[in-house]
Amino acid sequence: MALRLRLEKPWQPLTAESVQRLPGQLGVYQVADAKGAVLFIGQAGARSPFGLRSELQREHRERGDGCQFRVEVNQQYRTRWFELLMVHKADHGGLPPDNAKNPPPLGRLSPY
Amino acid sequence: MDFEPNQEQQMLIEQVRRFVREEIIPLEAKLDPDASELDPADHARLVEKTKAMGLFGIDIPKEYGGPDIDIVTRVLLAIEMAQHRAGLYVPCYGTFGGAGLAQIFEANEDQKERYLYPTLRGEKKAFFGLTEPSGGSDPAGAIQTRAERRDNGWVLNGAKLYISNADRAQYGIVFARTDSSKGRAGITCFIIDSDTPGFHVRRVVHTLRSSHYATELEFKDCWVSDHQVLGEVNKGFAVANDRLTRQRIPYAAGCIGVAIAAHEMAIEWAKMRSTFGEKLSHRQAVQWMLVDNEIDIRTARHFTLEAAEKARRGLPFKIEASIAKLTASEGGGRVVDRAMQIHGGMGMTKDLPLERWYREMRIRRVGEGPSEVQRMVIAREILGSNLR
Repeated sequence: MALRLRLEKPWQPLTAESVQRLPGQLGVYQVADAKGAVLFIGQAGARSPFGLRSELQREHRERGDGCQFRVEVNQQYRTRWFELLMVHKADHGGLPPDNAKNPPPLGRLSPY
Repeated sequence: MDFEPNQEQQMLIEQVRRFVREEIIPLEAKLDPDASELDPADHARLVEKTKAMGLFGIDIPKEYGGPDIDIVTRVLLAIEMAQHRAGLYVPCYGTFGGAGLAQIFEANEDQKERYLYPTLRGEKKAFFGLTEPSGGSDPAGAIQTRAERRDNGWVLNGAKLYISNADRAQYGIVFARTDSSKGRAGITCFIIDSDTPGFHVRRVVHTLRSSHYATELEFKDCWVSDHQVLGEVNKGFAVANDRLTRQRIPYAAGCIGVAIAAHEMAIEWAKMRSTFGEKLSHRQAVQWMLVDNEIDIRTARHFTLEAAEKARRGLPFKIEASIAKLTASEGGGRVVDRAMQIHGGMGMTKDLPLERWYREMRIRRVGEGPSEVQRMVIAREILGSNLR
């Protein structure tokens, strides 16, 4: 059984309280605007002091209130991050705006 | 056989060892522990260095512009190149070039111009599409991707699984069944451009490996011309078999490199760390683990160099390559496991490279032919043809 390709969990508001409750684990995340348009796909790697919590706390500090986020705890955060970026590119014809500013080397997928 | 490096080999070993320690490891320390790519500017700078060292494209034969280094020396250097965190699957982050499984020397001149030479120059990347959802260890029986004759060409339909680099490659070598009545004599090898209509990279397959993630491919009415047949129709099995046998030697060398690095870390830690008032290195339980590491490494190194020496002399080396792959992948796994045990809690963390080596080394007992298949190859050879 293959893992689900796309992150389809419900969005949560990006607030200090909601990110404080996040686990300190490795994984991937998405940040979206209030309408649900994905702005950034990120990873919480082994250099993040408290994994997803640290990364989303940083996102909140930099973006302020008004955005949304969702996370996936995943030990294979690197390959999952590449996959989410490639799937987004295939679905939308380009990377999320904040990833496009500094794009990583990517392949191409034509996902189902 | 004497496998001690000669003076020239020793010089090259020291050159590569210095490169790993002074160029690769300091850059790696700044990367994510699971990273598999250098910053492009660093990569380009280091490629210039390996070119200046005369070692770029190390596995490319001299007649194709390679540096003319024999396979025994290449094994000795591959052992060195693997001795860093990402070294098992991305030795020196690819800065030594080379084409690996995509060395299509059986190609005709037109194919060499379009694919082989650009690959050897580092301008094109390729993937190797053999394994399918139906299996990988028995390609003669497992290949279900079909290629049917149509419109002066071939139409491919089917799927491939666990294929590395397919999403980033410009082309791939793909094996398909062209005659379902002939078993291994009914398989043909095709060169498929990755922008061919009907060729799809469907998803990333997440594994224990941090680097070079695998992908799943689909061929859906993918038409290619006769010009894309590599070698002869129905002779593709030999192309696959040749690569799989040759690949076992450098595959083993990578395992040995990582095992040496893990072993050296364990020795250093055992000499430094005290528990209950005594150094770990003074405890027999730890000494025996280190001794077992040493034996595993020496065994694998001996068999791998023996296989390389036979290949260098143009002698059959199939059984030796299987023994090398078997001893290096199984022994290497044991060495990394013991090194983690000696390091205790720290050995389990991403602060050290041991946990990445542990995960990636586990794949080596399955990749490029699992241990059981290597044992089967060896058993066939020693028991003779009546077993076949």
